[in-house]
Amino acid sequence: MQTNLLDIHARLQALLPVGELQTQRADLAFLDVPPSLLRATLLQLRDREGFTHLVLLTAVDWIEQEQFQLTYLVCNRSARLDLGLRVRIPREPASMESIHELWPTAATYQRELREMFGIDFPGSPRLDEDFILEGWTATPPYRRDFDTLKYAEETYAERPGRVTYDPAAHMQQQLYPGER
Amino acid sequence: MKEELQKRVVKGPDGVEFEVEPLRDYYCEALPQVERPAYAQIIEDLFNWARSESIWILGFGTGCGAIEMRPLMTPRFDAYRYGIQWRPTPRQANLFVISGYLSVKTLKRVIRSYEQMQNPKYVVGLGSCTINGGMYFDSYNTIKRLDQYLPVDLYITGCMPRPEALLAGFLDLKKLIRAGKADGANHYAENFAWYKANQKQVIQDWDMPDYNW
Ligand code: SF4
Repeated sequence: MQTNLLDIHARLQALLPVGELQTQRADLAFLDVPPSLLRATLLQLRDREGFTHLVLLTAVDWIEQEQFQLTYLVCNRSARLDLGLRVRIPREPASMESIHELWPTAATYQRELREMFGIDFPGSPRLDEDFILEGWTATPPYRRDFDTLKYAEETYAERPGRVTYDPAAHMQQQLYPGER
Repeated sequence: MKEELQKRVVKGPDGVEFEVEPLRDYYCEALPQVERPAYAQIIEDLFNWARSESIWILGFGTGCGAIEMRPLMTPRFDAYRYGIQWRPTPRQANLFVISGYLSVKTLKRVIRSYEQMQNPKYVVGLGSCTINGGMYFDSYNTIKRLDQYLPVDLYITGCMPRPEALLAGFLDLKKLIRAGKADGANHYAENFAWYKANQKQVIQDWDMPDYNW
């Protein structure tokens, strides 16, 4: 019998109070999971449902709701199914349970999230070491309240005389001069 | 300071213990020196001719522009016919092509590599990013003006410049060298404190010696 995401979700919901399935394609769906149930859900998916591959772990900054959303995308290779688990955590203090014991690769993602979003994952290996940036002291740059342009203006010397054109207006002027 | 730069006691393979102070033992404390021209102009001209005919580029790519090096190395554009070739280490190279945007992290490696190159040495900035930030003008992690941190002898504009533009740029550089006008390395030595102050302003975790070669 072909496994599909609906069946997997039904089996999962029988065990754990996870959210509704938001299907994007036949082989890709997302699911809201409360932070406290993440580990149980991932273990169930990994050990019972064949989702052995952690594809990615990434974050979205929902600054208006004062929340971070973490997306854990896992893949069942033999059935060719992808399932994304969405976890909302408070923005301040941003902290989430580490899953590096489930997938060692998660430690790398967690280091990145720590550096770029300032999300803490207590116990994750080498979490506080520099990852991509070196000696970064300002707000983590992927947070939406970090003003990239202002930071670049304050930090890096500029060459005077740089101008910015509106691309549409500029090209119209170039290609059809005189026309309005 | 990094652990590898700390003073420490090392035990050699023969069992003898000795003290190592990397900053003093592995690096040079002397600042870069201004290279004076040869005693007679005709000799200097000869030297400059020789320099201009043996441009050896450090194989170090920093941004998108590094991709332009490959067609130049291969038969289609064949930069070797101009006496230009690529070298694997800074010690053997005399031209540093900064091939595009430069993140702060890369800048650190670039400074070290540049200082390890021997005189005479030249820097070419490739593309908009090295000139005024290009499309990375609002990036949190890239510098916008290369000549604040390294002495640039020549810029090649474009985003990205075609290999033909690079070839034209190399020919211009040759002209500058022959005219004795490509003296960025001397400028670096003369304004060393200014360059260092600029470099340290963006490199927050300065954990290397001030000068190394
Ligand atoms: S100038 Fe353009 S091609 Fe060159 S590094 Fe910058 S963005 Fe890339």
